[in-house]
Amino acid sequence: MARQHVTTTINGDEADFLCEPDQTLLSVLREELQMTGTKEGCGTGDCGACSVTIDGRLVCSCLVLGVEAEGKSVETIEGMAHGEALHPLQTKFLEHAALQCGICTPGFLVAARALLEKNPDPSETEVRFWLAGNLCRCTGYQKIVEAVLDAAEEMRKA
Amino acid sequence: MNYEAPNTLDAASALLADAQGEARVLAGGTDLLIQMRNGDVDPGLVVDVKNIDEMRSITTESGRFRVGAAVSGIEIMDHAAFNAAWPGVVDGVSLIGSIQVRGRASMGGNLCNASPAADSVPALIAAGALASISGPNGRRDVPVEEIAIAPGKTSLAKGEIVASFLFPERPKRSGGCYLRFIPRTEMDIAVVGAGVDLTLDENGTCTHAKVSLGAVAARALVVEDGAAALIGSKVDEPALEKLAAAASGAARPIDDKRGTKDFRIHVSGVLARRAALTAVERARQN
Amino acid sequence: MNEMIKDSSLVGTSPVRPDGVPKVTGLAQFGDDFHLPGMLQSKVLRSPHAHARIKSIDTSKAEALHGVKAVITGADFPEHAFSYFGPARIERNYWHITRAVIAQEKALFEGHAVAAVAATTAAIAAKAAKLIEVDYEVLPHVIDVDEAMAEDAPVLYDDMITRGIEPVPTKPSNISKITTLELGDVEAGFAEADEIVEKEYRTAAVHQGYIEPHACLARYDSDGQAELWSSSQGHFIVREFTSKICGIPLANLKVNPAEIGGGFGGKTVVYVEPLAVALSKKAGHPVRVSMGRDEVFKASGPTSGSSMRMKIGVKKDGTITAAEGRYNYQAGAFPGSPVIGGSLCGFAPYAIANQKATACDVVSNRPKVAAYRAPGSPIAAFAVESTLDILAKKIGMDPAKLRLKNAAVKGTPMFMGPLSHDGYGDTVKAILDHPEYNKPLGPNQGRGVASGYWFNGGGESGATVFVNADGTVVIATGSPDIGGSRASMAIMASETLGIPYEQVRSTVNDTTSVPFTQQTGGSRVTYATGIAVIGACNKVIDELKARAAKMWDVDVEGVDWVDGEARPAGSNVGEFDPLSIKDIASKAITTGGPIGSTNAVALGGQAPGFATEMCEVEVDPDTGLVKILRFVVAQDAGRAIHKAYVEGQMQGGAVQGIGWALNEEYIYDEKGRMANAGFLDYRVPVASDITCDIETLIVEVPNPNHPFGVKGVGEVNLVPAMAAVANAVADAVGRRMTSLPMSPPKVLAALMDRDGGEL
Repeated sequence: MARQHVTTTINGDEADFLCEPDQTLLSVLREELQMTGTKEGCGTGDCGACSVTIDGRLVCSCLVLGVEAEGKSVETIEGMAHGEALHPLQTKFLEHAALQCGICTPGFLVAARALLEKNPDPSETEVRFWLAGNLCRCTGYQKIVEAVLDAAEEMRKA
Repeated sequence: MNYEAPNTLDAASALLADAQGEARVLAGGTDLLIQMRNGDVDPGLVVDVKNIDEMRSITTESGRFRVGAAVSGIEIMDHAAFNAAWPGVVDGVSLIGSIQVRGRASMGGNLCNASPAADSVPALIAAGALASISGPNGRRDVPVEEIAIAPGKTSLAKGEIVASFLFPERPKRSGGCYLRFIPRTEMDIAVVGAGVDLTLDENGTCTHAKVSLGAVAARALVVEDGAAALIGSKVDEPALEKLAAAASGAARPIDDKRGTKDFRIHVSGVLARRAALTAVERARQN
Repeated sequence: MNEMIKDSSLVGTSPVRPDGVPKVTGLAQFGDDFHLPGMLQSKVLRSPHAHARIKSIDTSKAEALHGVKAVITGADFPEHAFSYFGPARIERNYWHITRAVIAQEKALFEGHAVAAVAATTAAIAAKAAKLIEVDYEVLPHVIDVDEAMAEDAPVLYDDMITRGIEPVPTKPSNISKITTLELGDVEAGFAEADEIVEKEYRTAAVHQGYIEPHACLARYDSDGQAELWSSSQGHFIVREFTSKICGIPLANLKVNPAEIGGGFGGKTVVYVEPLAVALSKKAGHPVRVSMGRDEVFKASGPTSGSSMRMKIGVKKDGTITAAEGRYNYQAGAFPGSPVIGGSLCGFAPYAIANQKATACDVVSNRPKVAAYRAPGSPIAAFAVESTLDILAKKIGMDPAKLRLKNAAVKGTPMFMGPLSHDGYGDTVKAILDHPEYNKPLGPNQGRGVASGYWFNGGGESGATVFVNADGTVVIATGSPDIGGSRASMAIMASETLGIPYEQVRSTVNDTTSVPFTQQTGGSRVTYATGIAVIGACNKVIDELKARAAKMWDVDVEGVDWVDGEARPAGSNVGEFDPLSIKDIASKAITTGGPIGSTNAVALGGQAPGFATEMCEVEVDPDTGLVKILRFVVAQDAGRAIHKAYVEGQMQGGAVQGIGWALNEEYIYDEKGRMANAGFLDYRVPVASDITCDIETLIVEVPNPNHPFGVKGVGEVNLVPAMAAVANAVADAVGRRMTSLPMSPPKVLAALMDRDGGEL
């Protein structure tokens, strides 16, 4: 089959691309669109570094075909800040030193945002179980969880 | 590779039946894409079934739930009424992978991938669910335990698709639970999985039970001795002992990178007992 | 050396790091994030066999495939003489190094790179790789360290004669080297002991598990100028290895440091860079080479698996009279496990008059091991700290008090000379003083403590400071930032210069823009690169004072630098308003030109790292599942420059230790192939696995050799972790786990073994 032409929405903007039918959405983002904020840590859905949302639902983009993005709305890490204004999660991650090397950070931020959109007042346990699909090897998770809880509190006040 | 996304079951079946080389159904893709990446499968045709209404819906017919085979785990987890009726099945679904994986993974895919360790399958079996199959020769409903026959192999004929799962009527005082053992708290493939579903009468006596074990044989097992241990009992300690022994006795596991034979045999009994206790609690609240 | 700077409003706080925003917005570029026009994709062909002679490689069909631009094999790399270099503890040999990157005569492990293809698309490269025909003669293989040492083991190298023993053996074996270390007289020491425990331990190989796979982009122009974008723990080291392996002069290879997605020691060597450079040279286009996760597990260095024998004797009052350790570490397919380091560290927290260590470096058909967070020491500590725990119970002494009683202090004799710094005892006291230390626990619950030591590194670092006309300052170093070191450099620079943190920009620059810098590893950056930065800042201060003197037309002795300003040293110098950096720098063109300074250091004087940890667990008696209830890390940081990042190192190391203790291991099948080369079955801790806060107690016993008192913090927090967990399990259920990982089947088997598993 020839390369497929796909029309989709990415971070609120219309986008289109060509891809092989068996090419993953992760590969499309990184190679065809050069949006390298979404990372490949494993390619098999075990690490969450490639997390994006599709129509508001959190998924691993390494387990989605590029062609499946047709007509959908994809949100990636690049769409999280607005101009100079960081999302409260991004700000709290910085304040709490919730990143060391930073490779897992885009995946965690996308996943955490999806959590807070569904449940604005999660417990620590709920945060940890929601984020169980995102691996971090540097921080031991604690400061990440603290940052998410703090961002949730700030967002509830706003 | 060719990619097709038909709108009807008949169109999907026709594509699969006519395929020359390897053809695969694409629901959530959380098994298929990994197998493609590893080179375990190189399909000439992938049929995306997510545009087919029945496969993507949760409906009720005369009080019986019908859950589309391609409905994602997270949608099942978020469905309040289905949760209330079939918490054991939701237990199983909510343990598949991670939130990201559950955003896509489906019970149809979980079943038809035919891994002996699939998390939704023992729960579906214990619930008495039927796999509603659509194919070139029409429709047929089959108990879920008859679908997987060996690791990676199903009893489906070429062109057949599991379209949905049809659940039985749910009497009062019924409850189900699925537990699995994994070394971490999330993400792992089940080392042992145990699904128990039962119904109590107004005196607290068990009138119906079904017990299923996963990850301890080539496919999920139905433990009839386990059910027999519960039926007619008040699900007290002696009954639970018998259940645990039946579960351990039924398990036929292997040693592999996820667990040893002895460990799995022992833990089969432990989990069957714990799942039964939770099923009873839930039944009492119903 | 200047007096230690004690007062600081900034040191010990947690300001936002300079590279933070790019990392939270997805704009930071890691090794796989670079694109150049005409860039080619690649695929590495790897051996499916654990051990095989490579009789021939036919690349013609691959080369003929449309879209393929280059195919390389070992033949495309220059030969290297067999010759060891470097200090014994970390000696290396380019004959091995080059073969670790790509096979020559033999494939020595499953996943060993045999050839590589560059093509216009990834799909074509993958297809071409499958067309390369390799004629393998499969040989018997050996995986386990003890099996590799056995008399009849398949031998990897026909000419490997064990070094370090007399008489010199006549037969080849897989034991590369045996090193013996001695202090005092262990026979006499054991004779004095009231209780002796001798026990065997085993640890499985574990991987550093960084989330970013190895990746780089290389561009080799036909005039011999090459450029690399590579994520590593030291781009100068990448340059050194790659240029040597490929045969390029150092100045012709410019290495740009990408952001690095975790290293923990595993990115201090090269895997993909020489392949990318060689492919780019042949293809005439930039080439990107990156590893998939399975390749990371199969073909990049984990740390060693081990078998150990530990014998320790104590008197009834707790004095350790003798300690003897036999350490067998597997190095992978090439010699160079961290066994010597491990055997130097095992007893190091303690003042033991009689010690002996026998360290065996053993090769087997697995990937060459690479450094992993205090390399060698965590493995040794598992054996030492478990044995001390058994002895403490035997004599009825609190295990932390046993350690405190024998704590090494400055001057205590050790294998490598007297201990240079205090601080260890303070980490034990911090645990003893913990409010929960003596709290009674419930059924199936237990508490364990353990201690650890790591050398920490000094070495070469360079820094360059540029002062801009608007008064802002750029600090450029060659130390890749894996944990927030840019922030620490900025803190130290701003404190030294006396200017606000926000006025300092801290960068990591390429190999043509800063002096040679050793890797980011060995817990050395805050220490050594920090000193380089402080030195450069002090030079800048001297220059700023000189310029102020010119502007005031006074002698330079009349100028003081206080709180970021030039001030007259006394009223006799004259009445002058203070001059800020901006005041001086904006006039720099009239006073001598741009202001800046470079400083390069090669340091000793670093202080070792000490940590003591306490762990509480609950064991499920029906399944063997271990749940962590409490984990406390007490670590001597000398002085914590950036508090949150120091805590982060301690928490990160603790969680790696928990993973190593409970679930992580390399599993091989009967053909010597890794059975769990992915994050599904190689089980690192996930967020929900951590069921308690990781409490961090930062002990500060300053290092007098650093202006701020810094002792490196990155590594030692991993060292005691597994023993702390094992000691807690022993306390909880009365079973001594002597083999890592303590996975549920093993714990359950120990629980059900009523006769065995003595404490």
